Amino acid sequence: MSGAFAFVVGTIPFLWQGLLMTLYVSAIVVVLSVVVGVVFGVLLAYGPWWARWPLRAYSDILRGTPLLVVIFTIYYLLPFAGLNLQPLPAVLLALVMFKTAHVSEIARGAIQSIPQGQTDAAKAIGLTFFQRLAYVILPQSVRRFLPPWINSVTDAVKGSSLVSLVGIVDLMLAAQQVIGRTYEPLPIYLLAAAIYFVINYSLSTLSRRLEARYAYIRE
Amino acid sequence: MAEALVSIRNLKKSFGRTRVLDGVDIDVGKGEAVVLIGASGSGKTTLLRCVNALERYDDGSIRVDGVEVGFRGEGAERRPRGERELSAIRADIGMVFQLFNLFPHLNARENVMLGLQKVRGLTKAEARERADHWLAQVGLADRAENYPSELSGGQQQRVGIARAVAMEPKLLLLDEITSALDPELVGEVLAVVRRLAADGMTMIVVTHEMIFARDVGTRVVFMDGGVKVEEGAPRDLLVNPRSERLKAFLSRLEMH
Repeated sequence: MSGAFAFVVGTIPFLWQGLLMTLYVSAIVVVLSVVVGVVFGVLLAYGPWWARWPLRAYSDILRGTPLLVVIFTIYYLLPFAGLNLQPLPAVLLALVMFKTAHVSEIARGAIQSIPQGQTDAAKAIGLTFFQRLAYVILPQSVRRFLPPWINSVTDAVKGSSLVSLVGIVDLMLAAQQVIGRTYEPLPIYLLAAAIYFVINYSLSTLSRRLEARYAYIRE
Repeated sequence: MAEALVSIRNLKKSFGRTRVLDGVDIDVGKGEAVVLIGASGSGKTTLLRCVNALERYDDGSIRVDGVEVGFRGEGAERRPRGERELSAIRADIGMVFQLFNLFPHLNARENVMLGLQKVRGLTKAEARERADHWLAQVGLADRAENYPSELSGGQQQRVGIARAVAMEPKLLLLDEITSALDPELVGEVLAVVRRLAADGMTMIVVTHEMIFARDVGTRVVFMDGGVKVEEGAPRDLLVNPRSERLKAFLSRLEMH
């Protein structure tokens, strides 16, 4: 027993490097997708048709495609577009594009769930469009945005394991490489699963805390 | 009549193929409280929303203090006003809504302060002082820190009134402000409006409360099918209706 324990502990430094890559990929995907996705969501809710229409198509197509397909398509398509990206930027681009499609839809839904009366009241005191957005619509949308968004963040963490497909050593590939050397799949996979679980469980806990913080906003 | 603050001429508005306003003329003098009555669908709420540019009218004119609300330029040059111009015009026209429409993420004081800070450019301290003044005026000095969800309907509506009048508008629009209230809460809201009217606030009021129309209104306008059918002094019009349509409308009210 202690031998198995020591063995698992011995793999930790290598898995740690993988974990850092997983966190790095997840963080980049989450941050970029929320910034671009919220802007897209605002455009989907209020933009002119020439902005809404292509964003609608973008969001529908990417949300209707498996992430794996998106990654390989972009990975193999980029060279034809004259872009010779390294594997990591290429797969990051695919992940961000995929996640942005989801976030923009979550943001649009949250914004449009705010009753029209709120916009009327904000107009009636003379707020301009951006003031209405900043002080009335977006603060209220946050409460509706958070739960599905945190869900989508945990998906992003899990989805980041697909970077291993193009040879980037994240937690997933690190685990596989350790298994390749040791032929001990079960403890290593269990450890990797436990780490993914801890990350995502912390995120859902955070989400519940945040939701409780916004509970006073009731219509 | 006193000098006209609001002058509505030949106002027309359709939603799709349905004509909601079919050529309405109304003048409102400074300090007057004009009450619009009529069945639902008669166009009175749409008219009110046009005055505040919450709806764009198709044809005709609405001038508030000499300024055309929805459009700039004349004749062939006439164009819908842009976002910034509309915001500036709306800032001087207060509106209170049937469903209150308070901002649920802000407490009572912050609801009143928002426009004062962001539109009037008051400092936080000035806005806070003026907000507290108006909350006291509507009898809610002790509710400033409460969120809308913690207030009764009548209290929410009084915050709604404070939010509108704190902006010191030239004109106040009241859109069925007691329709969503429990009967025992109607009185406290009407008392606030009665005092505003007595203080000389110019108002256009859409209401189903005939007693209110009689007490506060300097003039009553009866609308039906998107046109003004009859207009006159409240005591006269409500007691001695001339048109058949107004007679029918008033008798339906009495049955309830």
